[in-house]
Amino acid sequence: MADKYLDCTQLRCPMPIIKLSKELKQMTPGQTLAVEASDPAFASDVQAWVKTMGHELLELKEGPVQKAVIRKQ
Amino acid sequence: MYHRPLEITTKVDQNLLDYIDNMITDKITEKLNSVQKQLEQTLAQGQSSATSQLSNRVTIVAFSGDMDKLIAALIIATGAMTMGMEVSMYFTFWALAALKKKSSLKGKLITDKLVALMLPSSPAHLGTSKMNMLGIGPTFFKYVMKKKNMMSLPDLISLARETGIRIIACQMAMEVMGIAKEELLDGLDFGGVATYLADARDSRVTLFI
Repeated sequence: MADKYLDCTQLRCPMPIIKLSKELKQMTPGQTLAVEASDPAFASDVQAWVKTMGHELLELKEGPVQKAVIRKQ
Repeated sequence: MYHRPLEITTKVDQNLLDYIDNMITDKITEKLNSVQKQLEQTLAQGQSSATSQLSNRVTIVAFSGDMDKLIAALIIATGAMTMGMEVSMYFTFWALAALKKKSSLKGKLITDKLVALMLPSSPAHLGTSKMNMLGIGPTFFKYVMKKKNMMSLPDLISLARETGIRIIACQMAMEVMGIAKEELLDGLDFGGVATYLADARDSRVTLFI
């Protein structure tokens, strides 16, 4: 189970990444955040975002609702 | 068989000793000089590469007053903010309409009044770059985007301001278009080409939209 959950379903680019970045900023390193999103670009965006920001992507489930679990570094 | 090393027993001539001494000193000085030169060169190179290092900044010139192009510019800008980059957006010419809070004709020259009447009065009234069809296009796209939960241009502008994007309005373009500071949103910066270039010269990403 992730420490926090963020619902980004119904949100479109760039909102999922903006919400995710805001949420992660308030968390402490080591904590995990689960995000669910329906924006089709989310899977690709979250991978690029996590890589750029140096966090860790623990899990990525694709589908109509995509789910990502990120560990803050 | 083991031989003892030959011992120098003869007294060496003082002149010869001096000669050898001088030769060694000359050689060492020559070598040291070349090493020092190389070191200086390396140091200079290191310094120049340090001063030309790019900062983690995105600089966007928003020139177009088309709704679609401005949406793209603002999505890139807000996305960059989430990736820890600093963002500067320079609004010039037609794009200034996106920063309008109201349009007023009061106290304006007749030419400025004419331009003001022909320009969009707010970001909600901008046309699209394609399929504008006398304003039917934007109305259609706004409807579709709302239905699909996409952000509108005014929403993106407020988001950009909330996230701390530096927005600069071009003062020369404001004069050309007869736009007063009071007609634009509060809290903007104003500037000219040097303001843009100071940011752009060390930006990793620069765009003209």
